[in-house]
Amino acid sequence: MPRINSAVELEKFRKDLLSKRNPNKPCITLCSGTACHATQSEKVAAAIEQEIEKQGLKADVDFRRTGCHGFCEKGPIVVIYPEEICYLQVTAEDIPEIASQTLKEKKVVDRLLYVDPTTGEKATLESDIPFYKNQERLVFHFNTRIDPKSIEDYLAIGGYQALAKALFEMTPEQVIAEVKAANLRGRGGAGFPAGIKWEAARKTPGELKYVIVNCDEGDPGAYMDRSLMEGNPHTVLEGLMIGAYAIGAHEGYVYIRQEYPLAVENLTIALAQAEEYGLLGEKILGSGFDFNVKVHRGAGAFVCGEETSLLMSLEGKPGEPRARPPYPAVKGLWGKPTNINNVETWANVPLIINGGASAFSSIGTEGSKGTKIFSLVGKVNNTGLVEVPMGVTLRDIIYKVGGGIPGGKRFKAVQTGGPSGGCIPEKYLDIKVDFDELKKVGAIMGSGGMIVMDEDTCMVDVAKYFLNFLTGESCGKCSPCREGIRQMLKILTKISEGKGREGDIELLEELGQTTRDASLCALGGTAPNPVLNTIRYFRDEYEAHIKEKRCPAYVCKELVSYYIAPDKCQACLSCLRKCPAEAIAGGKNQIHVIDQEKCIKCGTCFEVCPSRFRAVKKISGEPVPPPIPEEARRIVRKSKGKEK
Amino acid sequence: MSELLLQIDGRKVEAKEGMTILKAAQSAGIFIPTLCHHEKLEPYGACRICVVEVDARGRTTLAAACLYPVEPDMVVRTRSEKVDKTRKVLLEQLLAHAPDAPALQELAQQYGADKDRFEKESSFCVLCGLCVRYCAQVKKKNAVGFVDRGASREISFIPEIASRECWNCKECFPLCPTSYLQAAYHLTEALAFPRHSFKSASGK
Repeated sequence: MPRINSAVELEKFRKDLLSKRNPNKPCITLCSGTACHATQSEKVAAAIEQEIEKQGLKADVDFRRTGCHGFCEKGPIVVIYPEEICYLQVTAEDIPEIASQTLKEKKVVDRLLYVDPTTGEKATLESDIPFYKNQERLVFHFNTRIDPKSIEDYLAIGGYQALAKALFEMTPEQVIAEVKAANLRGRGGAGFPAGIKWEAARKTPGELKYVIVNCDEGDPGAYMDRSLMEGNPHTVLEGLMIGAYAIGAHEGYVYIRQEYPLAVENLTIALAQAEEYGLLGEKILGSGFDFNVKVHRGAGAFVCGEETSLLMSLEGKPGEPRARPPYPAVKGLWGKPTNINNVETWANVPLIINGGASAFSSIGTEGSKGTKIFSLVGKVNNTGLVEVPMGVTLRDIIYKVGGGIPGGKRFKAVQTGGPSGGCIPEKYLDIKVDFDELKKVGAIMGSGGMIVMDEDTCMVDVAKYFLNFLTGESCGKCSPCREGIRQMLKILTKISEGKGREGDIELLEELGQTTRDASLCALGGTAPNPVLNTIRYFRDEYEAHIKEKRCPAYVCKELVSYYIAPDKCQACLSCLRKCPAEAIAGGKNQIHVIDQEKCIKCGTCFEVCPSRFRAVKKISGEPVPPPIPEEARRIVRKSKGKEK
Repeated sequence: MSELLLQIDGRKVEAKEGMTILKAAQSAGIFIPTLCHHEKLEPYGACRICVVEVDARGRTTLAAACLYPVEPDMVVRTRSEKVDKTRKVLLEQLLAHAPDAPALQELAQQYGADKDRFEKESSFCVLCGLCVRYCAQVKKKNAVGFVDRGASREISFIPEIASRECWNCKECFPLCPTSYLQAAYHLTEALAFPRHSFKSASGK
């Protein structure tokens, strides 16, 4: 392979690549991210290869396996270029038809297109699907276009040009000035301006400095960093190298979760390729800049996403935080000046250098520039990864991109910022999403988790869920975090079991404040958020649990009973047969009755009762009506005049 | 190391750059309570009993005095409503584990901490880490360590090392603010030490 020795050679190489590629040649692409892998994209890939061969299309059609497209709920996703025809939930069995119809005849296979659940309209092109139409994909754009295992694909789209520009046309100070002017804020959680962090690391004296990619994404349900690393590792690498050049570092680490095997694989391939092309190692692109990268796999501790814990882990010590100051920019990895940024932050850097700070900062709000990738999950029609400009409203994300709440249910809250984020109620749906606005309503941007909750969600249960997660993920070193979370979880558990006492809410607030103010690191500093924030907006739910022993959302098992309304029950036997506890008495033409002593409150009866009867009721906060007497249980049917 | 001036509890205090607030306060004869701090060990910042209120960099925060470096013109309050309340809650949480530890009781009295405020979970260990750190940093033996994390964190002797090293040392015993360390040691000794190093209670 040719070593590229200058910016001119890089450009020439790109032009040579493009001249060999025909943009009008049909190309069938398959999303090969982890989510689609889980829905059998491997089988689809094998089928595509086989079918291209079988139908004699090898010379006329390219096949490319790309990174994650984001619409993971509808995977595996197949897009056929140049038309950009998009097929969803494709199986291996669909491939012969796609090959013969679309690839050969240029006909669209109707049944594989996206159908809008509200209007019933079909969308042929990927960009016509509402989920995509309302996004602005700057960082994610090439995820769907290139094969992450091919550096040539990345070079063909202008890859490493930002690096060349930085190395040959800019001084390190100018790079920092550009990133500062762009006001790029850290995408990992805190939103600290990257340029200021870089500058601090540059100004700290020292020969040896480090740059680190934080790919220890640990929030439940969040996977934007994984998808970027899997789908476009070179862009993260390019950003890292530009940062290293600006700071004066010659060694970099990528700290990546062990649980992300595909990301590790694609990154490792990318590193080897970059080295081969002279884009990594000594005298990069023929310049005087040397840089090497090592991959470090984390063992799966949430706290290691916190930068000082990450450093401890990299040094081979237990993943526990250390105090700041001194900040890593002054005293980081092995005591050397170190700059740590999240995957998405690094991936934004080439955009800024290529397009300039002013283009970048033309998108977004006053304080938050560019786009942000969110992992939109929960009770929303379109789940997946969405990239939107800063400043878009929560309502637009949830209703325009996300397609609203399924099943005609009511929206209750949206939880942003991961386990230590906050739940935002309906009245704030029109706030503009950026670092500062989210903070104002008591939530955080975090790394971009966004969980939509509907009316069937109990906010006490939500707080309990997140505290339970955090009690296991706190490292346990400092007492306010370890003990504070433990005590808060105990109180929440009691409240959810109907054992809450007057004064519990105030006690939770007191514990929350101590944990927030006195903890050693950001995990403890933000751990009380789910509690304090749900109390702030849903205090009435806490009070209902404590005072009335009632769970308004009918979620907390101990506070909910199931009851069969005798006037509605048609003795169909459905619940009786399915009840795992054999708690339902009755029979043919015998109204069914739940034995409350035996009932384990699993909710099966509620789910299986036919919707035309709706006889099973959930009761909370009031006594269950006594069972109707045995002699009144017989149903006398008048149908078809067969009455005796 | 250059000298700098800061203010602690309204008094001007001279300190050297790189010094912690705790050191600076101690040198001026100002007392800040600690649990997990020890002169011979690297600052740890786990018990947070030494939290003080700090005005620096344009904001007011709670900082662990044992770790936070002094800065010129920094204003420190070692007692305030917020500091006292934080210490009280922290003590109450630790008292749920070791209600009879003298060090905790003494502080509890001072800060009005109620040892029965939280349900007892008598692990007896408050995870100050003095034993673990002393063994690692001073003795360089690592015979006792932390296991697990979060709410499940505990200390544990490593039998293979402990049976070799602890018999003639036991320097960690007096460091422990509760009696848990000794109990943990004796348990390890009884369960896992080789027979020849084990002496019966009667001394025979």
